Amino acid sequence: MSDLRVTPLNALHRELGAKMVPFAGYDMPVQYKLGVMKEHLHCRAEAGLFDVSHMGQVILRHPDGVEAAALALESLVPVDVAGLASGRQRYGFFTNEAGGIMDDLMLANRGDHLFVVVNAACKEADIAHMRAHLTGCEVEEISDRALLALQGPKAEAVLEALVPGVADMRFMDVAIMASEYGELWISRSGYTGEDGYEISVPASEAEEFARALLSHEAVEPIGLGARDSLRLEAGLCLYGHDIDEETSPVEARLTWAIQKLRRAGGAREGGFPGAERILAELSDGAARHRVGLRPEGRAPMREGTELYAEAEGGTPIGRVTSGAFGPTIEAPMSMGYVPKDVSAEGTQLFGDVRGKRQPVTVAALPFTPANFKR
Amino acid sequence: MKFTEEHEWLREEDGLIVVGITEHAAEQLGDVVFVELPEEGTEVAKDDEVVVIESVKAASDILAPIDGEIVEVNSVLADEPAKVNDDPLGDAWFFKIKASDPSQMDDMMDEAAYKAFIG
Repeated sequence: MSDLRVTPLNALHRELGAKMVPFAGYDMPVQYKLGVMKEHLHCRAEAGLFDVSHMGQVILRHPDGVEAAALALESLVPVDVAGLASGRQRYGFFTNEAGGIMDDLMLANRGDHLFVVVNAACKEADIAHMRAHLTGCEVEEISDRALLALQGPKAEAVLEALVPGVADMRFMDVAIMASEYGELWISRSGYTGEDGYEISVPASEAEEFARALLSHEAVEPIGLGARDSLRLEAGLCLYGHDIDEETSPVEARLTWAIQKLRRAGGAREGGFPGAERILAELSDGAARHRVGLRPEGRAPMREGTELYAEAEGGTPIGRVTSGAFGPTIEAPMSMGYVPKDVSAEGTQLFGDVRGKRQPVTVAALPFTPANFKR
Repeated sequence: MKFTEEHEWLREEDGLIVVGITEHAAEQLGDVVFVELPEEGTEVAKDDEVVVIESVKAASDILAPIDGEIVEVNSVLADEPAKVNDDPLGDAWFFKIKASDPSQMDDMMDEAAYKAFIG
């Protein structure tokens, strides 16, 4: 335990009765008193507050300005970074030489620099990767700020009362706002499929800010357990599970994040690690795909469940990469990889659950409709 | 009432042994979302896996605490698994077993011993 890092909200989590678990090297709340199921439903109905301070916050600067930083970052991600307008954010991923995914990230243009948020478990590797390859860029890890997410249909009203102006932001807008909790770095985004915000706040003010949000009757603290079921219902990938160093963005069906400009024939075609494989898969298709899966009955089909085309015999054709019970859809849900020829919606497959083949149907993602303010 | 180290409770009722899980176990499991019950009439031996419980966190098994025949299962749990969290000591019993050797219960913990066991 002594090796675990803590976030600026650690004492508050304990005060709120959180069950704490080690996660990506941090002592994090997996659930509070409500429990995973009620926390999940509360976030979909009202608003939930998440501590995501374990994630990496990084500023990228280039002496020649933000465009130079953006062009440098384009050497590591298959994303149109230089075309991102000031005040806007985009999803992306670091690719490796084999065309797999090193990590997924959010990147924002903040006028004179880029702001990047990466996964906790990958942040040291990501920062080393950026320092090694972003020639001429200053890569500054921000370690004196907490990161909170306020998600759900009431998030806008709750945050607007504390930070006037945030209601005017659109999905994937970013803004730097002054507040009584110091300078807030706000994006209108999240990891639940709901409308909401991710807010970077000075560590010294984080607890007071969190208390102010929690004092609103619509807001409950939400742990990592519900964070996982919320993102899975929303069809969002969890790095290290649904995407990893082996999976390409095309297999993962994240091609929407690769703008035309970076594809074959685009003005800044390729030029990122693994471009050969990724561009080839973009034109020819990948042999396997990430799909949504709806198991029959109520039993969840969890990560690692082997998938078969037949009810009996045969060899596994794919594997579940995330699986849980969806509190909103009141049914089990999974994501996994299957060969292209059985990846169409409605295709029936079978998952081996405790030695029995259980029927499971390829389904559309997300499982719950997104509720963004576009 | 008797308790096992597997966090089951056993209660004698009309010559049968009713089996469920303790409040402590239900709390540790988290919200239960799926219960798979055995077939009535199944002969079981102590420590056989007889019930599968899936919670929001993980799958776990309930083991037969004694030898005997499963004579009745609480099929309501298949449709309303959340009862396991709401009333683990009452409505959410799992099965009733006709014990072939009731003396297997003699060494089990009483409530005070179980409370000490879970600390």
